[in-house]
Amino acid sequence: MSLLDQEPADSGDEKVVPPLDPARTLPASLDVSAEKLEAVWAEKPGLFGWLSVVNHRDIGRRYIVTAFVFFFMAGLLALVMRIQLARPDNHFLGPDAYNQIFTMHGTVMMFLFAVPVMEAFGVYVVPLMVGARNIAFPRLNAFSYWMFLFGGIFVFVMFALNSGPDVGWFAYPPLSGPAYTPGKRADVWAQLITFTELAGLAVSVEIIVTVFKLRAPGMSLNRIPLFVWAQTITAFMVLLAMPAVMLASTALILDRLVGTHFFNPAEGGDPLLWQHLFWFFGHPEVYIIFIPATGIVSTIVSTFSRRPAFGYLALVLALVSTAFIGFGLWVHHMFATGLPQMGESFFTAASIMIAIPSGLQFFCWIATMWGGRVVLKLPMLWVLGFFIVFLVGGLTGVMLAAVPLDLQVHDTFFVVAHFHYVLIGGALFPLFGAVYYWFPKITGRMLGERLGQWNFWLFTLGFNLTFFPMHILGLEGMPRRVYTYQAETGWGDLNYLSTIGAGVLGVSVLVFLVNVIVSLRAGVLAGDNPWGAGTLEWATTSPPPNCNFVYPPTVAGVNPLWENPPDQPVVVGLRDDVRDVLVTYVLDAEPDHRTEFPEPTIWPFCTALATSALFIGSIFTPWAVVIGAVPLFVGLTGWFWPKEAGETGTQAWPIQHRTLPKPGEAPAGGPV
Amino acid sequence: MHAASVLQSVLAPAGPQAAHIARLWWLMFWVATAVFVIVSAFVVGAIVWKRTEPRRDDVLRVAVTLGVAATVVTLFVLLVASVWTGRAVASLGASSTVTIELTGHQWWWEAVYDDGTPSQRFRTANELHIPVGRPVVLKVTSHDVIHSFWVPNLHGKRDLIPGYTTAIWLQADTPGIYRGQCAEFCGLQHARMALYVTAESNDAFERWRMNQRREAVQPTTDNARLGRDVFLRSTCTQCHTIRGTIAGGAMGPDLTHLATRGTIAAGTLPNTRGHLAGWILDSQSAKPGNQMPPNSLPAGDLQLLLTYLETLK
Repeated sequence: MSLLDQEPADSGDEKVVPPLDPARTLPASLDVSAEKLEAVWAEKPGLFGWLSVVNHRDIGRRYIVTAFVFFFMAGLLALVMRIQLARPDNHFLGPDAYNQIFTMHGTVMMFLFAVPVMEAFGVYVVPLMVGARNIAFPRLNAFSYWMFLFGGIFVFVMFALNSGPDVGWFAYPPLSGPAYTPGKRADVWAQLITFTELAGLAVSVEIIVTVFKLRAPGMSLNRIPLFVWAQTITAFMVLLAMPAVMLASTALILDRLVGTHFFNPAEGGDPLLWQHLFWFFGHPEVYIIFIPATGIVSTIVSTFSRRPAFGYLALVLALVSTAFIGFGLWVHHMFATGLPQMGESFFTAASIMIAIPSGLQFFCWIATMWGGRVVLKLPMLWVLGFFIVFLVGGLTGVMLAAVPLDLQVHDTFFVVAHFHYVLIGGALFPLFGAVYYWFPKITGRMLGERLGQWNFWLFTLGFNLTFFPMHILGLEGMPRRVYTYQAETGWGDLNYLSTIGAGVLGVSVLVFLVNVIVSLRAGVLAGDNPWGAGTLEWATTSPPPNCNFVYPPTVAGVNPLWENPPDQPVVVGLRDDVRDVLVTYVLDAEPDHRTEFPEPTIWPFCTALATSALFIGSIFTPWAVVIGAVPLFVGLTGWFWPKEAGETGTQAWPIQHRTLPKPGEAPAGGPV
Repeated sequence: MHAASVLQSVLAPAGPQAAHIARLWWLMFWVATAVFVIVSAFVVGAIVWKRTEPRRDDVLRVAVTLGVAATVVTLFVLLVASVWTGRAVASLGASSTVTIELTGHQWWWEAVYDDGTPSQRFRTANELHIPVGRPVVLKVTSHDVIHSFWVPNLHGKRDLIPGYTTAIWLQADTPGIYRGQCAEFCGLQHARMALYVTAESNDAFERWRMNQRREAVQPTTDNARLGRDVFLRSTCTQCHTIRGTIAGGAMGPDLTHLATRGTIAAGTLPNTRGHLAGWILDSQSAKPGNQMPPNSLPAGDLQLLLTYLETLK
């Protein structure tokens, strides 16, 4: 427990002394050559190489950066909206521009930021946390990133061409149908969904397989880090929820493009069918964003309380039950449609019930802090912000679960306030915590302390100033999605306050951006494990080498760096001349066999281009699906072209665990 | 009608439904406040309370168990309160009701006051009158996209969904003029789709209803007669109805008793001669995207038309 007694480093301005890293105190070579491994796992050089990247660190980093770019852009759109709403009867924006902007804000924040950025951290951190050399299906991972990027570019280009979606991020028909939204705006929305859902589904498959099959030996189910659990549970939710919205958006495109009548009441279709399908996805979506954030919170709380998280089993089961219940409350978005009272009561009960696992997690985190010694570093500060802000959002969430109260505040600014408290409080605060926490691992440098403090306090102030008044506005009758309001409603002052708050938020995000840029160039060197944390991503260099771990680790606890005995074995027997990885069994992570991972390749990029062309073309003509299938076929053929016989293959391999020698000792041999 | 402070608030209930819901709100508000204070205190306490020895895990286990138990009990109480309020809001004596068929349009409200005798039915727009102390049944649907009826001082929302007709009960106990606004995003002018509900004594309501049933008053002055001719000659009749004339369009609001209404364009503008003139000539500047085309009338014709419209009491 020597690491636990050590203070985590300041993210600020002092020189950090990196703690001893067992993997690096090893004699230069045991069985493998670190240099050869670096070369084998390296990416290709040049632009061609840049487009061919398949390692999870580069793709994860690109995913994170791209998602944050979309976050900044959607945030700017929010500022523009706040300027319009600052005064009654304002003429800064017209209704047409406003409707596009609020639709873009919601769509981009949900589909291009919140969900992808959580997955992005999963892509980067999960393989490291489970001790793997890459994520499962690396080429699919590359494909997923390109689809996400192209989808985002597509929607912003259409927005710049004044064809941005303007039917809300929920796109209720008949408003989004062919009769009331002619032109291509609703198609752009529906096709963006297809892009992002495809990317999201791919990442989920990768995460699940990585966690099930690539864990370090010894990492049985009850030793999986909580962040990894959260990512895994989220991935299952994505697999179950996203098909519903893909089905719905495809039906909407068919209604618009080839005249089907899924949602047209005049022809026997049903607009309520859309709402059921959309919210069957849409409510789990909230938990798809929130559950990874709980994983971040558990990780940070544990590290900065200097003890393992209290109630490991309870925390995991709370997430599992949240995921289950999360699929049973979509109807609380539809209370105002006039469903039978008895039916609504079940959904009220389910909506209230989901507060129980959330409460349990809260108590476990607080217990972890009481049972430990809290060290207030920047990541922990964001988590404390999460506690307070998310608590407000959770409590207003219980209010919204009550049908009668929901009927009053549904679709008002009260709800706008509520879900910003939930999503910013529940996801963005932990996410900023995650950035401050893992930035040293990803870049090798700490984020600056002073700017970090400004970032946090301005953000907390600006956030509450922006969104707290909205609770009152909602109770005073202000509906959502209005481009203006009349002076006699009396909503002007609180809206003005809210706009000032939005400005403060903008400044805070700017401070964050500056901090990142400055720290990238001049941040304090982090060392392997600046926080003295316990999970495996800190057992390698910052940033990690191409192969992640020269010696894949084995573990003896949830927090291996705290709990592993000094003579914990590592995995040897993997080849260093090919991309060899160890596959383990699902339950106890016992070694199963070794397999070879794919080389960098341009084909996922090409396939993503072909898929994008097909998707975008299909909003103009159904023939694009037929013609676009040809390049797609070429792309997939190149991707899956088999290698020469004998070079590839999955083989049994004499996997051994071997205890690392202490410096100066002769290597000890033999399986353990 | 455009009083300094508009009555549009969840927290100033003017009827039994809104009152039940407001009580539920205050219960939830105080419970939430208490929970917030307690939980925040534990969070802050964990940081500021300097302890020599961290709490033992068995102590923590007891504390977490108690916390979860308290959560379950609190949530159960709130669940019961919610269901009880739901029942109270839904049940209303069904005697002597007023039935209104409310249809949503992009971006205005069409109301038909129902009656057992078909000839006693009548149509109006954007402003409802209801008697104080009597239950009102609203049968709601939509002509185009989904809208949502919401007058917060009286009751919660009910969506107006094309292809569905649903019923919602409400009642006003306090006389007053209550503002409501469409609460489901319905396109370009979702923000300018308000309606007013005037709750008044039964006598006043019955007087209003008798008047609304009548055909439009015949113009009594020459100018008004000429103004009517302007109306009937122009394209106005394609979309608007004035009962008692040949104008029978159904695209836009019924204008038979236009002069009795306080606002035009679904609560967008006060119903004054000047605003009406601006609206007729160029409705697109006040409410861009609405279905009414601009009209180019000679100045004299416009004044005659306004004079006529002002007689439609």
